[in-house]
Amino acid sequence: MRLSYPADVKIIQVPCTGRVDILHLLNAIKDGADGVYVAGCLEGECHYLEGNLKARKKVEYVKKTLIELGIEPERVEMYNLSSAQGARFAEIAREVVGIIRGLGPTPVKSDTAA
Amino acid sequence: MIVADRKSLQEILAMVEDNKKILISGCKGCVTVCNVGGLKEVEILASSMEIARKKQGKDIDIDINVLERQCDTEYVAGISETVGDYEAVISLACGVGPQFLSEMYKDQTFYPGVNTTFFGGATQHGIWEERCAGCGTCIIHEFGGHCPVARCAKSLLHGPCGGSSNGKCEISTDTECIWDTIVRKKMDTGRLDDLLGIRGLKDWQTARDGGPRRSIREELVKGNI
Repeated sequence: MRLSYPADVKIIQVPCTGRVDILHLLNAIKDGADGVYVAGCLEGECHYLEGNLKARKKVEYVKKTLIELGIEPERVEMYNLSSAQGARFAEIAREVVGIIRGLGPTPVKSDTAA
Repeated sequence: MIVADRKSLQEILAMVEDNKKILISGCKGCVTVCNVGGLKEVEILASSMEIARKKQGKDIDIDINVLERQCDTEYVAGISETVGDYEAVISLACGVGPQFLSEMYKDQTFYPGVNTTFFGGATQHGIWEERCAGCGTCIIHEFGGHCPVARCAKSLLHGPCGGSSNGKCEISTDTECIWDTIVRKKMDTGRLDDLLGIRGLKDWQTARDGGPRRSIREELVKGNI
């Protein structure tokens, strides 16, 4: 399809979004990522039955943690799409980058790491 | 098991506001089972605290560990060589943990990262309920296996109060009236007569009313077993 999407997005592949952990998301923010999103299969279409549903719960947990820390929860998001939806994938990437650009750089300053 | 809830991030951050080098210590006992103070929760707290400090532009250096049990001195002794390296230690064990740690390492400050709530169990994944009040004189069998001491808001021993309505307690519609459950079970099993007797006054000296308690097992104290 040769669809283009913003180069700002770094993709980390997992076998199923059920593998995504709260710590993966938190540590990404901790290490200075401006935002993180999880792209899971459509709800009801998980090959492992509920990996994507579990991922959504973890994303919600991280959102609550960010709120508690005074950081915009929109920096972490969950999306659902199928592997056949290449155009939607590119669209989501543009959407997320747009949201994050609107929020500005992360307030978590990575250069203060101990 | 002992059930606990983690304190808010704000409360924990405020406790160690002036400290840079911090140890977060978990426990592999009850708090691991109730998902509040095991390795995962220790890592999540460490990551969250680092985010908070970096957001403030302040340095923080967090190490983590998880002790086998913080309620046994032999395991608490396991950090003797490193505990002095930190400005503060946050314990994610129940209330016993920070006390055992404080008693062994008198120069260190240990902060409780959780609020210890009750003795209970998980009724479903993610939901824990109180089942035992640790009153020291167990008579659960007399109530069909349900403890009114722990599960009745008034710890009544002779039946429900006037606040029982449609099987719920007046304190909350989410709280079952345990006396309703006890009576129904006795009726279902044809043993309602069990509840007709008048029991003597309960001796609360074995509960907290008698002051801090101690359990001594002579055969173990002597080291014979």
